[in-house]
Amino acid sequence: MSKIGTDRVKRGMAEMQKGGVIMDVVNAEQAKIAEEAGAVAVMALERVPSDIRAAGGVARMADPTIVEEVMNAVSIPVMAKARIGHIVEARVLESMGVDYLDESEVLTPADEVYHLNKRDFTVPFVCGCRNLGEAARRIGEGTSMLRTKGEPGTGNIVEAVRHMREVNGQVRTLVNMSVDEVMTYAKELGAPYEVLLDIKENGRLPVVNFAAGGIATPADAALMMQLGADGVFVGSGIFKSDNPANFARAIVEATTHYENYELIAKVSKGIGTAMKGLEIGTIAPEERMQDRGW
Amino acid sequence: MVKIGVLGLQGAIAEHVRSVEATGAQAMIIKHKEQLDEIDGLIIPGGESTTMRRLIDKYDFFDALVAFGKKDKPIFGTCAGLILLANQIVGQETNHLALMDIKVERNAFGRQKESFETELEIKGVADDFEAVFIRAPYIAEVGPEVEVLATYNDNIVAAQQGHYLCSAFHPELTDDHRLTEYFVNMVKN
Repeated sequence: MSKIGTDRVKRGMAEMQKGGVIMDVVNAEQAKIAEEAGAVAVMALERVPSDIRAAGGVARMADPTIVEEVMNAVSIPVMAKARIGHIVEARVLESMGVDYLDESEVLTPADEVYHLNKRDFTVPFVCGCRNLGEAARRIGEGTSMLRTKGEPGTGNIVEAVRHMREVNGQVRTLVNMSVDEVMTYAKELGAPYEVLLDIKENGRLPVVNFAAGGIATPADAALMMQLGADGVFVGSGIFKSDNPANFARAIVEATTHYENYELIAKVSKGIGTAMKGLEIGTIAPEERMQDRGW
Repeated sequence: MVKIGVLGLQGAIAEHVRSVEATGAQAMIIKHKEQLDEIDGLIIPGGESTTMRRLIDKYDFFDALVAFGKKDKPIFGTCAGLILLANQIVGQETNHLALMDIKVERNAFGRQKESFETELEIKGVADDFEAVFIRAPYIAEVGPEVEVLATYNDNIVAAQQGHYLCSAFHPELTDDHRLTEYFVNMVKN
């Protein structure tokens, strides 16, 4: 008897992406550049986060034509984003055969109260988190992969660093607690108790945790790996740089060899200018994507 | 004690290390080709085969990996690792390490939503092995020197050719270490 959509099958898919770079692309040509550069997967979008930020208005699931075009262009896995709580966008993308869904704060939320029940789906999900409470709630809902939220489309790594340190620090705190303290910690974090117990017993999160939201250079990618990320998502950082093919290759290499500083120096030479960054303080609080979802 | 290397460029590296250690052997992550001299056998893990191939070329691993196999050192490829070992890939002109006489079909069971787990009979290993298939390939044809170890719906999903072993599924994702143990024993002998 074979079974589809089990936790092992869904989480295992994310395990295969470890140590790799997942790149945002908006058409077949970009997808091919990403695959050629060594991306482990691509995220098919209508616009990269920095353009979504610039355009304003409501950001929705990508036009299925674009998703299909990208799926036909590459043999690596294709991911796509659905709005937080938008059951139908998620089902539509699943029906198209997208390999992984991102219930993403980069898009305008469809539901400000409830996230998707991701256990209902055969396709696996990745969700953003800023701390262990948020991570554990998403795991409770059935996400098979996590990523930091960071602050998407800014080219500023500071929020991704904050979120990665916060999650990993809280995991360490939890692992060192005695079991009788866990329920109170669950209450403080707003986290499901059973999920915390499982993390405590195993000494780590049950799913992989990538870095996302602000990675713009090879050194940024390597920094996130050193802070304990299992891999990285690069959104605007590649196709908003001067020379996307060069940036893509350099970020892949820096992610693989994140402790080899001579190599990171070498791959960072002459690759052109990174995307223009945004200081977080200049973004009005209501425009911060990381505060979407709960 | 035998020392098993896990090619450490991308993919499920830590899981293979855990599985090797569970069999009592020593594991080592291989990030540079010089490290191949220190090990008795090598596992090429699951991951993305196109990504791994690019990194193999970039770090000049290609000839060293082929030479490692030609020296009769055992190699075990899982999923993407199986694709790297094959001498023919359906629909592609090119191949990778070409150490095994097998023709492989990539993503043969479909996209991720068709990925599955099942119990498998593996010759000489187990009759109830927990096999997890993720966007998995299968072996469409084998040469005369290849022994088929397991099939799923008549498709070949594990095989051995002398000191080369491959599986389309992921033995490293479960606590069932019997196939890893089988490989460790190949290395010991």
